[in-house]
Amino acid sequence: MNADQEVILSVRGATKVYPGTIALKSVDFDVRKGAVNVLVGENGAGKSTLMKIISGVEQPTEGTILLHGEPIRMTSTQDAIRNGIGIVFQELNLFPNMTVAENIFITREQCRFGIDIDRTTQEEKSRALMRRLEHDIAVDRPVGELRIGQQQIVEIAKALSQDARILIMDEPTSALSATEVEILFRVIAELKAQGVAIVYISHRLEELVRIGDFITVLRDGSITGSSSMKDIDVPWIVRSMIGASSKDYAKTAEHKYGNEILQIEDITLPRQGGGYMVDHVSLSLRAGEIIGIYGLMGAGRTELFDCIMGRHKHAGGTILVGGRPLPKADVLERINGGLALIPEDRKAEGLIQIMSISDNMTLASLWNYVRGVQIDGKKERATVAQYVRKLAIKIANPDNEVASLSGGNQQKVVIGKALMTDPKVLLMDEPSRGIDIGAKAEVFRTMRRLAADGLGILFVTSDLEEVMALSDRIIVMSKGRITGDFQRVGATEQAVVAASSVGHDITGQTMEARS
Amino acid sequence: MSATITKQAPGLTSSSAVMALLHMRTFIALFLVLIFFSFAAPNFLSTANMMIMSKHVALNAFLAVGMTFVIITGGIDLSVGSIVGLSGMVAGGLIMNGLNLGPIGYTIYFNVVEVVLVTLAVGILIGALNGFLITRLNVAPFIATLGTLYVARGFALLSSDGRTFPNLVGNAELGTTGFPFLGSGVILGIPVSIWLLVIIGCGAAYIAGRTPLGRFIYAVGGNERAAALSGVRVNRVKMFVYMFSGFCAAIVGLIISSELVASHPATGESFELNAIAAAVLGGTSMSGGRGKIGGTIVGAFVIGILSDGLVMMGVSSFWQIVIKGVVIIAAVVVDQFQRRLQQRLALQQQAAIGG
Repeated sequence: MNADQEVILSVRGATKVYPGTIALKSVDFDVRKGAVNVLVGENGAGKSTLMKIISGVEQPTEGTILLHGEPIRMTSTQDAIRNGIGIVFQELNLFPNMTVAENIFITREQCRFGIDIDRTTQEEKSRALMRRLEHDIAVDRPVGELRIGQQQIVEIAKALSQDARILIMDEPTSALSATEVEILFRVIAELKAQGVAIVYISHRLEELVRIGDFITVLRDGSITGSSSMKDIDVPWIVRSMIGASSKDYAKTAEHKYGNEILQIEDITLPRQGGGYMVDHVSLSLRAGEIIGIYGLMGAGRTELFDCIMGRHKHAGGTILVGGRPLPKADVLERINGGLALIPEDRKAEGLIQIMSISDNMTLASLWNYVRGVQIDGKKERATVAQYVRKLAIKIANPDNEVASLSGGNQQKVVIGKALMTDPKVLLMDEPSRGIDIGAKAEVFRTMRRLAADGLGILFVTSDLEEVMALSDRIIVMSKGRITGDFQRVGATEQAVVAASSVGHDITGQTMEARS
Repeated sequence: MSATITKQAPGLTSSSAVMALLHMRTFIALFLVLIFFSFAAPNFLSTANMMIMSKHVALNAFLAVGMTFVIITGGIDLSVGSIVGLSGMVAGGLIMNGLNLGPIGYTIYFNVVEVVLVTLAVGILIGALNGFLITRLNVAPFIATLGTLYVARGFALLSSDGRTFPNLVGNAELGTTGFPFLGSGVILGIPVSIWLLVIIGCGAAYIAGRTPLGRFIYAVGGNERAAALSGVRVNRVKMFVYMFSGFCAAIVGLIISSELVASHPATGESFELNAIAAAVLGGTSMSGGRGKIGGTIVGAFVIGILSDGLVMMGVSSFWQIVIKGVVIIAAVVVDQFQRRLQQRLALQQQAAIGG
């Protein structure tokens, strides 16, 4: 760390407003040349939004981007590439049907006479890139045949081939094996030596401490910490990520728990190519209890919910609701048995966007309103109105398309749909995802009230603060297994975070589960 | 409660009027076509002509009703034209030759009611085959029904070596008389086929609007995964729509061969395209989730009256094809326009309450 690590790119006062939410609040961010600039924060903290602004995918509502001190305006990724900014997205942007070389030179094909693609040159250059990345990948193979880790390397090669002076990597190690991570770190060191500025985003704190030079922490769209890496440690990062000020969480209404209402034993879901997505998970939930399941992405939490809900025919294990076994993997049977799922992806799985609010709400409980063979419209409307009131959903007309509602209200529609099936256990997958802070507080209050009414709630979150504040019990998952089980009293953030990275971290530090 | 208050934003009333007009557009088109031809074509409004036209329209309308359900679930059924042909041949063959139980040396002759039931069963069975291919073997609806289109047509041709079964009046000794009633019979002054259309049309509209099955059909087309997660048995819903479409096609096959008192294996070629056109003209969205049975029937009438009217005016049949195409495209363009307006209106309403 010395003085020649000048700032090559800086963002000043960037604010980004989306309909309904503010994703970034006047953020300042510096990218230093020849250094690894780490960006860290919880899901929804605004990391991706900031990266999208730097890579030209989105324009800031307010604020400027300075390159070498000059303000620049980028309206597309093409602009960013011209300015020497390359990005490796978390979700791979590759064409599986095309070869490695074709992917690397997509939209920048090397042509003879401007029309004839020069395959030989492209493949030679691609081979050179692969040598530089120490990977022996045949450049004429279709990308679809490569392992995910290798695809990630191709994506990195693509960014390198654009002569990027600034390289953004969004969770590049999430799909890599330990050896591949080591190679990647060597490549990063080499690029650093060549003066490339690297912006590195990751959830794995040990990794950040190891390779980072500068660190910036984002929380709720604001910068909460920015420092040189040598001055700080992991607890500092966790503190900055979580913050001192707490969000508006509903107060715990003191109530007694009832009997065991959900028992799951030995749930397994095999992974394609060996191993388990959900690895022999057992837990039990009592009426009135809220259990928060914390873990990193890919820890198997969503898959666990899918198994409980009967969406995987080849899942193993037993599920008992109120002591009654539900042996058949069938969604309708599970709903009738007293389970209800509020899925993570509201748009793709929670709602039917082109149907009306009312039709969406009653879809899962439609048989309750049937008289003879037909739907009793009056009863249906009355029930919808009752739940609209109960959940305080703001709607103009229940016959409008559900797509016209804001995220928070859409989420309440999904919750309403689940509640109308009269469940005993509510499974909520990231219930606060994509809704603004006010709506979040309201969703949390609703969860508390439902628990007080005797419902058992199992919810998944990647938000540490949320899991600490809302759960009566915290279960931590990592790599498909339960790696931690904490009562609310006695659980510390450090312990929860440590349990979530069991099997992940480089240092091999483990945390024994306690209960 | 804020939830129950509907405030009107300024400028909303005028767009609401436009919306109302747009909702009625297929009806308006129907009236325009009727008015135009009543002036342009002599005898157009005569009862006899109306009767003939309705019978023409009914054939397409049956197919279009079945097709509408299929399209609402996000699928397509290209096999209906071939099912028309095959079911005509099944009915014709059973009446003329009976069921030959080959080696035993017996031939069974069915009465007309039995023939009709067997024929309908054949239509439903081919629909079930479509449904099986699509839900169990994961074949894309376009390909699965394209396959059955060829298979059914091939069997229709094989059944008679490509020849027509003529003169299906039946034989009183064998108890097979009465078949022509379906196509040319009249009850209370209205053709039997129109009565049937009224029954099927009302039944389908009732299913769509008032029963859980109907709601599930829309849900599957709107978002299959969300529907499945809400406990909708997606595969059963899909099986139903293809079987119902096959059933409708079998009715058409019966009516045509009864009307002509003969069945020809090439009957019904390209009928599937007319059915799709009627559904689309009536506001059914090819991407699934939207559509109304009433709209489809009106759409079938617009197409049918347009082509019959143009024939009566003496317009070249080549031009008719061009005009039909233009009308379909125009319908879809207007449909898109309406959808955008509707979304904007809903957003305005939502903004007005501050949600």
